[in-house]
Amino acid sequence: MTRKNTVETVMKYVLLVSALTSITIVLMIGIFTLKEGMPAFREIGLGDLLTRTTWRPGQEQYGILAMIVGSGLVTVGAVVLGVPLALGSAIFLAEIAPQKVKAFVKPSIELLAGIPSVVYGLFGMVVLVPLVRKIPAPGNSGYGLLAASVVLAIMILPTIASVSENAIRNVPRSFREGSLAMGATRWETIRKVVLPSARSGILSAVVLGLGRALGETIAMIMVIGNSVVMPAATGGNPLTIFLSRARTLTGNIAVEIAYATGIHANALFATGVVLFVLIMLVNSSARFLISNRSYK
Amino acid sequence: MSEPRMRTESYNLYYGDFQALKDISVDIPENQVTAIIGPSGCGKSTFLRSFNRMNELIPSVRTTGRVLLDGRNIFDLDVVELRKNIGMVFQRPNPFPKSIFDNVAYGPRIHGTRDRDRLAEIVESSIRSAALWDEVKDDLGKSGLSLSGGQQQRLCIARALAVKPEVILMDEPASALDPVATLKIEELITALKKDYTIVIVTHNMQQAARVSDFTAFLLTDEQRAGNLIEFGPTKAIFTTPRDKRTEDYISGRFG
Amino acid sequence: MTAFLCSLGFRRFRQSFAYGVLWTAATVSVAIMLFVVGYVIVRGFSDITLDFFTTSPRGGLSGEGGIYSTIVTTLYLVLVTIVIATPLGVGAAVFLVEYAQHIKSGAIQKLVSVARFGVETLAGVPSIIFGLFGYALFVTALNLGFSIIAAALAGVCLVIPVVIRTTEEALKSVPDSYREGSLSLGASRWETIRKVILPSALPGITTGVILSVGRIVSETAIFYVTLGGSYRTPTSLMSSGRTMALHVYYLAMETRAFDKAMATGAVLVALIVLLNLIINSVSKKLSAE
Repeated sequence: MTRKNTVETVMKYVLLVSALTSITIVLMIGIFTLKEGMPAFREIGLGDLLTRTTWRPGQEQYGILAMIVGSGLVTVGAVVLGVPLALGSAIFLAEIAPQKVKAFVKPSIELLAGIPSVVYGLFGMVVLVPLVRKIPAPGNSGYGLLAASVVLAIMILPTIASVSENAIRNVPRSFREGSLAMGATRWETIRKVVLPSARSGILSAVVLGLGRALGETIAMIMVIGNSVVMPAATGGNPLTIFLSRARTLTGNIAVEIAYATGIHANALFATGVVLFVLIMLVNSSARFLISNRSYK
Repeated sequence: MSEPRMRTESYNLYYGDFQALKDISVDIPENQVTAIIGPSGCGKSTFLRSFNRMNELIPSVRTTGRVLLDGRNIFDLDVVELRKNIGMVFQRPNPFPKSIFDNVAYGPRIHGTRDRDRLAEIVESSIRSAALWDEVKDDLGKSGLSLSGGQQQRLCIARALAVKPEVILMDEPASALDPVATLKIEELITALKKDYTIVIVTHNMQQAARVSDFTAFLLTDEQRAGNLIEFGPTKAIFTTPRDKRTEDYISGRFG
Repeated sequence: MTAFLCSLGFRRFRQSFAYGVLWTAATVSVAIMLFVVGYVIVRGFSDITLDFFTTSPRGGLSGEGGIYSTIVTTLYLVLVTIVIATPLGVGAAVFLVEYAQHIKSGAIQKLVSVARFGVETLAGVPSIIFGLFGYALFVTALNLGFSIIAAALAGVCLVIPVVIRTTEEALKSVPDSYREGSLSLGASRWETIRKVILPSALPGITTGVILSVGRIVSETAIFYVTLGGSYRTPTSLMSSGRTMALHVYYLAMETRAFDKAMATGAVLVALIVLLNLIINSVSKKLSAE
């Protein structure tokens, strides 16, 4: 029996150690990126790094504001295009889809989630960029925020759709029955009872999609043009800002890290820290929204 | 009456701050069937699970008092050793998703029996003792989950017998079964008591009267803690209960 | 007017309109999927021959040659990553589900909540951060260079939360009665886990592993900064290389060989579809039981 107990105790600690792998990785990521980014914060200064728009490693100019704006705008574009589609599909799947249609639509959306981002990037380069190029505007190359937003919208659609579909389906049946029994139509029940009850779940689905969008790298490099410029509208129409080329925070890291040295490399790690903090903010707001659900 | 096989002494059990069992002292006589009866929520299953320390699986549980097996405090014993000596049959049949053979061989294998012939012997004799052999002897490779509910429960009894326990705890073993399967389980219990000491929880008073030799009646007090109201030979409890509450419960149920 | 707005006819009309919008949204989503997948598959497979799979890229600016060496690199990388990530992830999940709540020590309980926080955080980290970290630690500090082992270690960070979460779900769906049955027979917790719980949770764990394979096959950003990008067939863990996904990127961005990129992309998409089918059949088997 003692052998049995020894095995039991040993296994318990072996498993405890593996359970601590994740937090160890998180800590190491935190320490490494901070340690490598620190010289940049010290020498360039946090303020300059965050508020300057020029990024010229050759001339020791490291401002990432243009990239923050680029990441922000492309995310906004993706949310505006992707969220209505995702939510519409989610409500459709959870509430009104006939079984046979659902059996086709649901796996389709799941498949959309599995397609590698590099394939979306390629699709964007080959199909979307030439389309965007047809829009008559000065300096429009096709590569830029619009193409990137469309690609990103497609990429976050499945995440948002499946998480919010879950949230909608988890609304207790009794809520629906109560409303229908009072003579409300199916749609009135969905809009006035089901969706409000699922609101926090849907919100956290959107925030999850936001996190995904901010973190996407390869597809963005492929279609957004990668120029470090402050996106700006070209004509009188403010929407032409989306025809502007841009660079995302993620793209900045990926494109330059392999050949960067010295303070340049430090500045890229600092970019990573900024990205990490941004995404943590977005994700923790998601967690906050989810945990608040129980108070409703 | 000989020395009791098991005994509890001033046994108390708490879920966090809530006391679920209060000051229970009972003797479980050897080679007899002892029934624990009482209304739902009186703690009879919790009490039963105290005999093989299954309550320890619930993190908030705390106990005081002693539970003895052959005069030794079970809290001083190795829990694995203890559970090897005390088999348990659950309310819902819970065969593993393995073959009938592997279900019964599971316990012996855990406890170190590797020899194939020896295992086959144990499996056959256990399934025979559980009165299941004739129904499954040609299908030992089939999944235990493919059997009917009553057969599954007898398989679980065979599984418990295979580790050669001294005591068998049964937690409402027939409550999920139909009347025919229930009758089989009851016959089996009566047959098993010459070799084993059996403690059975049941909500069915006729069943307690039919199968048990001794009966313990539990009831909740004002704080909703389970108290032992009366313990004695089943015949006495059912015909001449000493406590008014026992009489009320029994007559109320018998109508 | 109000009377009209409240009339049953109008309410029915409003419902039909809303349903129309919802049907449109779902149709558009499916159409996007069909268009993306269809376009890539049709255009990509149009000029694929067997040679494409059996020859390696020849390098240079034309993007000539096939994808043999990238298939080898992908397999190699998937294998190394999964071999490291699976035991760690399954072990972590087993601890969190089967042991954590039974340990009374306050210090260990603190560790458990820290461990959970770690899993949640890791799941939300964008892959380029893993790339950055992998580049700094494995490629540079540990001096592994751009290599399969460095890339695999960075890949492990990506898939560990996937393995942990799916395994946790699988373990939670194993009925408690199995645990009670085994423990009541005198099995220790570890014996119960090894002989009853893990076998019952196996289909769920398999799903998690296949999901992880899919993530590694699809991932590009991490490997772009850790794997080096050599188009030669890898010979050891220290070899540089490029996965199929990475090959698509290089073909599109550096040589502008869109046809070859599309063909490689089509193979990738076909592979992902295949993995999805496997997962679906495993989970169907699960729900059938």
